[in-house]
Amino acid sequence: MLSLDRVSKIYPNRVRALDGVTLDVAPGEILVIVGGSGCGKSTLLRAVSGLDAPSHGRVLLDGATVTAPHEKIGIVFQEPRLLPWLSVADNVGFGLAHLPAAQRRERVARALDRVGLVDKANVWPRELSGGQAQRVAIARALVPRPEVLLLDEPFSALDAFTRADLQDHVLDLWAELRPTLIVVTHDVDEAVVLADRILVMRPRPGRVFAEIETDLPRPRDRQSAPFDVVKRRVLAALDRSLDKAASVDERETKASAGASLWW
Amino acid sequence: MSVVPILIAAETSTPSAASGRPALRRVLRATLGLILPVGLALIWEFAVRLGWSDGRLVPPPSVIFSTFTELARSGELQRHAAATVARVGAGFALGVVAGTLAGAVTGYSRFASRLIDPSLQALRAIPSIAWVPLFILWLGIFEASKITLIAVGVFFPVYLGVMGAIRSVDRKLVEVGRAFRLSDAAMVRRILLPAVLPAYVIALRSGLGLGWMFVVAAEFMGASEGLGFLLVDGQQLGKPAQIVAAIVAFAIIGKVTDWLLVLGFAPFLRWEDRFSARGENR
Ligand SMILES: Nc1ncnc2c1ncn2[C@@H]1O[C@H](COP(=O)(O)OP(=O)(O)OP(=O)(O)O)[C@@H](O)[C@H]1O
Ligand SMILES: [Mg+2]
Repeated sequence: MLSLDRVSKIYPNRVRALDGVTLDVAPGEILVIVGGSGCGKSTLLRAVSGLDAPSHGRVLLDGATVTAPHEKIGIVFQEPRLLPWLSVADNVGFGLAHLPAAQRRERVARALDRVGLVDKANVWPRELSGGQAQRVAIARALVPRPEVLLLDEPFSALDAFTRADLQDHVLDLWAELRPTLIVVTHDVDEAVVLADRILVMRPRPGRVFAEIETDLPRPRDRQSAPFDVVKRRVLAALDRSLDKAASVDERETKASAGASLWW
Repeated sequence: MSVVPILIAAETSTPSAASGRPALRRVLRATLGLILPVGLALIWEFAVRLGWSDGRLVPPPSVIFSTFTELARSGELQRHAAATVARVGAGFALGVVAGTLAGAVTGYSRFASRLIDPSLQALRAIPSIAWVPLFILWLGIFEASKITLIAVGVFFPVYLGVMGAIRSVDRKLVEVGRAFRLSDAAMVRRILLPAVLPAYVIALRSGLGLGWMFVVAAEFMGASEGLGFLLVDGQQLGKPAQIVAAIVAFAIIGKVTDWLLVLGFAPFLRWEDRFSARGENR
């Protein structure tokens, strides 16, 4: 179980990127975070990953505080960030240096098979397309079998078709090991396809503005009416989150009659 | 010397090459640059042969060639070249070790950089040849002062190259290492070293180039053997062909050592996007 306990982040330039975010994410849950630019989504993910320490509050994984990168937490960045001097297979096996070579090779081969890149095992990263490179990055993060996988706008640089393809890929991979996924995205369709729960954030200071349970069966049909309903709820929440006048934390008033009017 | 046969071979073999016209055009474009030097050499050769000039101060190519082969046959050339190569080798090794260590420390630690970089930059501003009298006083006129001078020449490009390369390692890749919880040693071995290697090779190459430059200065300081000695000797005895032959030897050995350096690192740089192109153009 991953929890955030009143996590705040104030950067040295005094930007309050996160302000008291409290959150529980169940094992195997897919949590998607959306929100306007600069509302602290990346900051939140980096705090969970242990790459940056929060200024206040704690991130807890199974009750233990996360203060540095953790073996059970993997991260996929917006760019693939493959190491250009390693072959695709060696990139995927980067986090497995502690395993014997034979075991490592086997895990890498299986991971490449799952992301459909067996034939690319021995090429350099520069020979991959953007979508292939991001698939390798996902395989690299998954191969050490993390309990929590963080993805920061993993598909935002890709075209719509490739993106949809990779979303299905991620769901397939997730179905196998059931890690907790936290995905940041700007794409509402993507949010609704992936999420069990969608968090809408608002900026200055970065806070959780609304939470939306998707409650849709998987696999999800992007054309279905229920999909569209959820999508519209997310869009409405996003709209309101960007509205300067709405300064209250909607999550706290969620139970009130006023909030239930619009979802 | 051997440029002309290679050129002819290249010209005759390209039309049959699979790449066809673009390859031919590339060869022609490369050949264009040779027209001037080869043409001038031929003109000079004929001018001397036809008696328009006695070619005493500016020997024609054929005389340079025969001087060169004569020096080579007698073993003189090899002896002098070996002495020079040994000096460059020793000075280069010293300069590379010192430059790499200093560059690594200042590139890695801001504190070390603030502490020693200003002094090194100040030293760098001094034309290195200006050290010669001091080195001779300190180390004598034999090998030690020569090798030190070469090492000083090699040091600065290597130092600057390594420091710059370490500072410009992509922070995003370092973060990948952090996300995978690499220890400091593993971070250096698995991220920093491979990341700085391309720039390091470039730094080594410019260091080597300066090493060749400084060995000449060092051998002018007084040497009984070495290609630089051949230069001085040729001047004092009025043998311009010997001077040019020594210059040609410098050019060949300099080029070959540079090429060996590139070749030695090539297996580690195959991943680099531009490497093959750079190798081919050489
Ligand atoms: N390293 C940093 N130093 C100072 N301020 C920062 C730093 N990183 C982010 N910020 C600020 O913190 C706020 C939140 O940034 P963050 O990157 O978390 O936003 P985001 O929600 O991920 O935005 P986007 O959707 O554009 O990626 C922004 O106002 C940003 O300017
Ligand atoms: Mg971001």
